[in-house]
Amino acid sequence: MDLLLLAIGSIFVNNILLAQYLGNCPFCGVSKKLGTAIGMGVAVIFVATLASIFTWVVYHYLLKPQGLEYLKTLVFILVIAALVQFVEIFIKKQSKGLYDSLGIFLPLITTNCAVMGIALLNIKHGFGFVQMIVFSASSAAGFAVAILLFASVRERLFISSVPTAMRGTAIALVTAGVMSLAFMGFAGMTN
Amino acid sequence: MNFRQTLTHGLWRDLPPFRLVLGLCPALAVTATAENGLGMGIAVTFVLIFSNMFISLLRKVIPDKVRIASYIVVIATLVVIVELAMKAFFFPLSQQLGIYIPLIVVNCIILGRAEAFASRNPVHLSMADGLSVGLGFSMSLTLVGSIREILGVGTWFGMAVFPDSFEPFGFMVQAPGAFLCLGLLLGLMNAWSRHRGEFFIQT
Repeated sequence: MDLLLLAIGSIFVNNILLAQYLGNCPFCGVSKKLGTAIGMGVAVIFVATLASIFTWVVYHYLLKPQGLEYLKTLVFILVIAALVQFVEIFIKKQSKGLYDSLGIFLPLITTNCAVMGIALLNIKHGFGFVQMIVFSASSAAGFAVAILLFASVRERLFISSVPTAMRGTAIALVTAGVMSLAFMGFAGMTN
Repeated sequence: MNFRQTLTHGLWRDLPPFRLVLGLCPALAVTATAENGLGMGIAVTFVLIFSNMFISLLRKVIPDKVRIASYIVVIATLVVIVELAMKAFFFPLSQQLGIYIPLIVVNCIILGRAEAFASRNPVHLSMADGLSVGLGFSMSLTLVGSIREILGVGTWFGMAVFPDSFEPFGFMVQAPGAFLCLGLLLGLMNAWSRHRGEFFIQT
């Protein structure tokens, strides 16, 4: 039950994008078309969950016993960068179709703060292994849900007449604000 | 670009995060108050100046294929220094900024300047570029933070601005206010650029 609450809470209430502001660069950058947004969402779910598992294990079994907690920033980013490279090579070898649809998003994910943010939040909240997996997967799913909805809105925005000065990123940010307001409505769900 | 242009381009022409549309996360996340915005800006400026310096010094040594990874190591080292220094000297601020300090590592502005500028320019120009972009970023963050704090809480750097009868818009210090404030500022900036006949990139 607690795990279910954690999952719903991190998808809707504490949505990683709209309530915690992580991963905004890809949110504005690759949300112009629904297709690319789906690709990015799936890639983030996959990489964030994998990266969280690796960084959690490294933190609890390598850094903590040695008293090297202060190195976590440096170690985490290296683990994530290496992991992303590895995943990219692996997918390229194994599945051409998957690589064609996800490949271009993978290098971008290294500097996606959502992935690093989820890894750091796992440590900050002091999660156990199972909680960590549930939290990472559902936070990343929250990212995917938000970017998907946002891309659909932006496709409509593209054909509507927006004042010249507000075109592009400006109107996208205002739209994100309205969406974030809507997501605040979920706040009562987990109480 | 000459030295003077390098020193001033970050203040208006390439003002982050508006013109470069990079580094939006900290601009949204830590700008609930002006003080947090300024603190974050200074931390990013420090990292930018020194990451640009080291990367520019090492630009002939770093092999092209592993350059991004090398940049990340340099940046992450500097961020760890900032993180520890802030914990030691500005503890309350570091508590408020929380995970957004380690997240400076993945701030695209820093990697962007390393790749676009420091990797192909001499040391003094790269440091000037870091200073300029960093100052621009601090300015923007302080501005966004001031607007949100004044409207959302009714104070500026902790000092009361409005009389007690003022009912603050609590909305401004929460997530939607951040997006709205940044979007409207960007729109205003675009309108001003168009009015002056400048070229602007957003399409």
